[in-house]
Amino acid sequence: MPKRTDIEKILIIGSGPIVIGQGCEFDYSGSQACKALKQEGYTIVLINSNPATIMTDPEMADRTYIEPIEPDIIEKIIVKERPDALLPTLGGQTGLNIASTLHQSGVLKKYDVELIGANFDAIQKAEDRQLFKDVMSDIGVGVLESAHVTTLEAALEFADQVGYPLIIRPSFTLGGTGGGIAYNIDELKDIASNGIYQSPTDQILIEESIIGWKEYELELMRDKNDNVVIVCSIENFDAMGVHTGDSITVAPIQTLSDKEYQEMRNEALKIIREVGVETGGSNIQFAVNPENGRRVVIEMNPRVSRSSALASKATGFAIAKIAAKLAVGYTLDELQNEITYETPACFEPAIDYVVTKIPRWDFEKFPGVKNNLTTQMKSVGEVMGIGRTFKESLQKALRSLEQDRHGWGADGKDIYTYQELTSLDQSEKADMINKIKIKLITPNSERIFYLRYALILGMDIETLYEYTKIDKWFLYNLKQILDMEVELRKSITSTTSDSLKSLDRDLLYQAKQYGFSDKQLAYIFNKDESMIREHRIQESVEAVFKLVDTCAGEFKAYTPYYYSSYEFENESHRSEKSKVMILGGGPNRIGQGIEFDYCCVQAAYALKEENREVIMVNCNPETVSTDYDTSDKLYFEPITLEDVLNICRKEEPDGVILQFGGQTPLKLAFALEKEGINILGTSPNSIDLSEDREKFSEIINKLELKQPPNGIAYSFQQAKKIADRITYPVLVRPSYVLGGRAMEVVYDDAALENYIDKAVELSTEHPILIDKFLEGAIEVDVDAIADGEDCIIGGVMEHIEMAGVHSGDSACALPPYSLSDIIIEEIKQQTKQLAKELNVLGLINIQFAVKGEQIYILEVNPRASRTIPFVSKTIGNSLAKLATRVMLGEKLSDMGLDEYQKTNYIAVKEAVFPFIKFPGVDIVLGPEMKSTGEVMGIDDNFGMAFAKAQMGAGVLLPLEGSVLITVNDRHKADVLPIAKRFRKEGFSLIATKGTADYLRDNRLEVETVSKIGEGRPDIIDYMKNDDIQFLINSPEGKAALKDEIKMRRQALLKNIPIATTIQGAQATIEGIEQLRASKLDVKSLQEYHVD
Amino acid sequence: MYKYREEELIIKAILVLEDGFTLIGRTFAGSGEIKGEVVFNTSMTGYQEIITDPSYKGQIVTMTYPLIGNYGINIHDNESKKPQVEAFIVREYCDYPHNWQSEGTLKEYLEQHNIIGIEGIDTRALTRHIRQDGAMKGIISTIDDDIDSLIDKVNNYPGLIGKDMVKHVSCQEEYQWNTEGKYHVVAIDYGIKNSILKMLEENDCKVTVVPANTSAEKILDKNPDGVFLSNGPGDPVSVPYAVKEVKKILGKKPIFGICFGQQILGQALGLSTYKLKFGHRGGNHPVKNLANNHVEISTQNHGFCVELPDKNELKKMGGYLKDLEVTHKNLNDNTLEGFKHTGLKCFSIQYHPEAAPGPHDSRYLFKEFNEIMSEK
Ligand SMILES: Nc1ncnc2c1ncn2[C@@H]1O[C@H](COP(=O)(O)OP(=O)(O)O)[C@@H](O)[C@H]1O
Ligand SMILES: Nc1ncnc2c1ncn2[C@@H]1O[C@H](COP(=O)(O)OP(=O)(O)O)[C@@H](O)[C@H]1O
Ligand SMILES: [Mg+2]
Ligand SMILES: [Mg+2]
Repeated sequence: MPKRTDIEKILIIGSGPIVIGQGCEFDYSGSQACKALKQEGYTIVLINSNPATIMTDPEMADRTYIEPIEPDIIEKIIVKERPDALLPTLGGQTGLNIASTLHQSGVLKKYDVELIGANFDAIQKAEDRQLFKDVMSDIGVGVLESAHVTTLEAALEFADQVGYPLIIRPSFTLGGTGGGIAYNIDELKDIASNGIYQSPTDQILIEESIIGWKEYELELMRDKNDNVVIVCSIENFDAMGVHTGDSITVAPIQTLSDKEYQEMRNEALKIIREVGVETGGSNIQFAVNPENGRRVVIEMNPRVSRSSALASKATGFAIAKIAAKLAVGYTLDELQNEITYETPACFEPAIDYVVTKIPRWDFEKFPGVKNNLTTQMKSVGEVMGIGRTFKESLQKALRSLEQDRHGWGADGKDIYTYQELTSLDQSEKADMINKIKIKLITPNSERIFYLRYALILGMDIETLYEYTKIDKWFLYNLKQILDMEVELRKSITSTTSDSLKSLDRDLLYQAKQYGFSDKQLAYIFNKDESMIREHRIQESVEAVFKLVDTCAGEFKAYTPYYYSSYEFENESHRSEKSKVMILGGGPNRIGQGIEFDYCCVQAAYALKEENREVIMVNCNPETVSTDYDTSDKLYFEPITLEDVLNICRKEEPDGVILQFGGQTPLKLAFALEKEGINILGTSPNSIDLSEDREKFSEIINKLELKQPPNGIAYSFQQAKKIADRITYPVLVRPSYVLGGRAMEVVYDDAALENYIDKAVELSTEHPILIDKFLEGAIEVDVDAIADGEDCIIGGVMEHIEMAGVHSGDSACALPPYSLSDIIIEEIKQQTKQLAKELNVLGLINIQFAVKGEQIYILEVNPRASRTIPFVSKTIGNSLAKLATRVMLGEKLSDMGLDEYQKTNYIAVKEAVFPFIKFPGVDIVLGPEMKSTGEVMGIDDNFGMAFAKAQMGAGVLLPLEGSVLITVNDRHKADVLPIAKRFRKEGFSLIATKGTADYLRDNRLEVETVSKIGEGRPDIIDYMKNDDIQFLINSPEGKAALKDEIKMRRQALLKNIPIATTIQGAQATIEGIEQLRASKLDVKSLQEYHVD
Repeated sequence: MYKYREEELIIKAILVLEDGFTLIGRTFAGSGEIKGEVVFNTSMTGYQEIITDPSYKGQIVTMTYPLIGNYGINIHDNESKKPQVEAFIVREYCDYPHNWQSEGTLKEYLEQHNIIGIEGIDTRALTRHIRQDGAMKGIISTIDDDIDSLIDKVNNYPGLIGKDMVKHVSCQEEYQWNTEGKYHVVAIDYGIKNSILKMLEENDCKVTVVPANTSAEKILDKNPDGVFLSNGPGDPVSVPYAVKEVKKILGKKPIFGICFGQQILGQALGLSTYKLKFGHRGGNHPVKNLANNHVEISTQNHGFCVELPDKNELKKMGGYLKDLEVTHKNLNDNTLEGFKHTGLKCFSIQYHPEAAPGPHDSRYLFKEFNEIMSEK
């Protein structure tokens, strides 16, 4: 039976901002669903607070609401749009939770909205961990002993019965938030009480630990006729105890016999049927005891998940698209396999390659946080490598990570080199083994490299298995990579002077088959990468491209989705069409998120419209850019010089677009140009001009613009001299970084010296940059497009936090809400001047700081910025698309564009932070970016737009209650008017002594509260007792005090909104005033753009 | 060249197909020269079951999944007493298996039985070649590296068409698989897989296994509750003796046939068989059960297929055929996957409900056999 005709309008809920545990995979799935259902003729209403997504592009849905994903708001949308159905399974945990809430509160029933995809019962059965276990026991599926508790006492009681270690998992949270492993009673007390607090239902599950068992995952699809297929099987490299999201994972399963696999499959089928997921995707996690094959089920997600995105990319099976179609009534056998055309979607993909996913962590962003991996997910992104062997796919994935590694070690980046480790004497060796052992036993983000050191030291597989419980099959494969390296090294010792001459072609070929990059070979043979490349090509050891076809070659495949390998046959053939290659952004990480994928995808759409063949290169499985129908050809490959050149040699593109993928592809600009590749858009030289401090200063001087006074230092002496000249505070950073990595405001010589000690270690090749830190300046972001002659301003955004808070972390408003028209005009003029001078072809982003009447230029990025999607959604025009046309040679003057107009609505972007995942970390913002995602609020006044943005970010502004104010002396005067406004809205004021005295002196009624350590009850008690609804706290400056950090952490844990800047507090009171004065309304982008 | 095991010498192996297509790899087990029909299997697990499946007699099997040997070999997963493939081709062999059940390596197992295993082959290229140009005869050699000579050899090799392979794998003597069971089943062994016997046993059958050339009289003498026609290797037209005996059983006893068994039953009913271009071998084909429209993910292993006339043609064909009912269809290429004849109480399936390796979606068919055996 084909699709349902009794429903017409479908509401789709997105997953909101990118957070740890919920990345851009849901943009991928949501976009697929929107596209698929729209194609089927349904009217799509979409809500997602995240403007950086492709799915919120106005073309994707009929009605696009960039509004907070909150029950009340969705109710308003439902009232306004009256959809027939709600599809909750594509918006991650967020979508599913909200749908449950709406069902329980009766909203869905009231407005006659049907849940499609998964019904409420199924959601409950799968998501309520206890209920799930009960159901599993009923059908004879193995589960672990556990108890569901709501109090600490009950938790302790269970511990007495079962013993330690114990696993604690809160119900209904994402990515294991609030969970952990307790090895003793103290840890249990800590984790359990926090977990109970974190769970929206105040429940946790404590469970016997099976750390060290093998972990598996199956991705299933079911249709309404009860046809079920397993789309993909995944085996975790890291054993149980490391969250799947933090594990290296491999598809398909490698170490189970067919019998074991089929039994697991049978169970999965039983489970999905019993839970009653009617249609669509689900994923089920299992653990298997390596000693005896005993199997238990860990959990089930009755929805499209992070692993579904991975499974889609790993197999070519469009899970989300098909799930959406199943939800509207199709059956699997009615849908076509879009890769083979001839065969139906009702089958199980057979793959003939290996896929390895490696998470990307950003621990270095959070000083003081250990990089240990537990049951709570901490990674911020991931990459996938495809190869014909595990070894190849692992090494490809490692070099995709964008962490300056070029494979599994042997790349000049090892902490301990091969030579070092092999030349240790006995006692040194013993010491080293002890050191390494610790790193093996406790899982951590660097463990994969420690395995290498261990193997070089001669530790055997049995020992490593004992320490890590990583399956010996994986360890053996690692050993093979090392053995190959040893073999390569041996070949050098021959007498010939040129080390490459003695390299046997077969050995070289095999090394490439093992995934060795040219960079690794260059390191081993002590040559330049380019020499290895030339030698390789001379010896005709060249990459071929194989197809991802869902069927292991059994049928002819039409989908052009390729990966490289070293094999006999090449399957990718160049067409005669004019072609453009787009380099994607690689893994999501802090500082480079989904925004860049948005731009790449927009570019692909624009190129298709311009009738170019689009070749996409990227290695991030969560993205829309790696969807095979985004481009004409998809190469799922690392974004490195070697891999990109391999593709260029095959495809000979007319041009390559680098400026949309962020820093990753940009780094390759010069090297690619040198190899004769035509770079479209702004030339590498111009990019260099803007990034090279000295050259850039010359330009600023030439144009008579202003920059904060600055200098470049290669030594502390130099640095001190510069600081003396430009006076403290100064901003210091290593050169060439994105996302403000390792950037700090320094107030005196001692701090400067301390910083340099650290920074020089960070990057020896690059000097440090020193700028005068502009205190109290308003930061402004501008996005514009230039074609060499004209320049059109896309948007001018005024930051809410002052300069000094990284632009990626700061909230901002479009259009500006306080800047004068004269300043705005001047900023536009300067943007145009710079675009012209730098000869920008395409996008340009400039950050300004405005101090009084002075305008300073902080930074110029001649490329797509993080704000492109935000601006595009706000103004209703895709800047990335326009920029693509410019790069193809079109003139702005011929495109019929209007200069950017001030809109009669205002959009506010707010950043979202992962602090909750990193215990003990201070939440205060600075020049180093820490946010993982963003949301947008849009309304016709600033206050309401800000309030919506906060709501979208998960911060519910209080409408009544008490405000706690504790600010440093510099801010006391500034906080006074804000305090008055809170009073006026009926809030009571609480303050610490100094602040309280000041406010009281100014005739405000204030209650005084003790600081931590000044007696009880103190601030913390107040917060714990829910006596504080909003917190204004400006840090004491310089190094934040321990007690302050504690207070801010407490606010975070209690989910009390907090402003750490005066501007943030000001915006908040404005939002509260608006919320109290008027009704919150919803309005779609389409409506805004028509007005 | 790098060796996966220090003490071993690398032995180059050449694979040449009858059309001259050549790939070069190295051995991981055995050496020498061997000919056979080269086919591919797309199952991602289950190499042990595949190697030991008697239906592969005469064939050189390549696995499309590149990493083979990962979980070793164990005694439980054998489909017969020894490897049956002529040779085994993989992309990368793993000599360090890890699985709690593993009792040895694939290499050891193959070498014990003098089977050549080769690795380092672009198995995807080989698969695509076979897909495009059809299953082909091939030769693997570690002793002759003259390609022309190998092409000659392979072209002089007669191949499997029309050749009786069953006689090489069928049991020589009748034997009792098990002694308990509500239903007495006589299984005609054209190369029967252990897991079929295990499934019958699990489904309350007492199974007597008889050689392929056993006469109908001898079978009927045993007065079984049902007769089972097993899987088996090669061309179904090469065993007219088997078809002839089955014909005599039609209508007298309930019959259930699997794979080769379906091809025998089909011929007995008057249908013809044909050779598929490159066969179906793997564990992921969708098969629709036409009775309930449910799709089963199936295990496939056949190079030949029963011709499927449409309903009207069947009617016209008369004889038994006018009442023949198609029960299962392959959704990938619409080939015939199962039929039944209610009056004659017989049915058969082209794929493998016993799986091994592959999904267990279709095991209900053994229950259906029980049902027709209980009807009196
Ligand atoms: N009983 C247990 N013993 C050891 N590790 C466990 C146990 N339960 C879960 N884990 C680990 O914790 C991770 C997260 O648990 P899971 O139930 O999958 O939660 P989530 O909803 O966060 O995915 C798993 O991937 C697994 O590695
Ligand atoms: N001279 C300065 N005075 C005050 N704040 C500054 C100054 N330079 C940079 N910043 C702050 O640091 C942040 C990051 O600096 P930026 O040069 O934009 O680095 P990135 O390349 O990481 O974007 C800016 O967004 C701004 O808030
Ligand atoms: Mg999980
Ligand atoms: Mg910046």
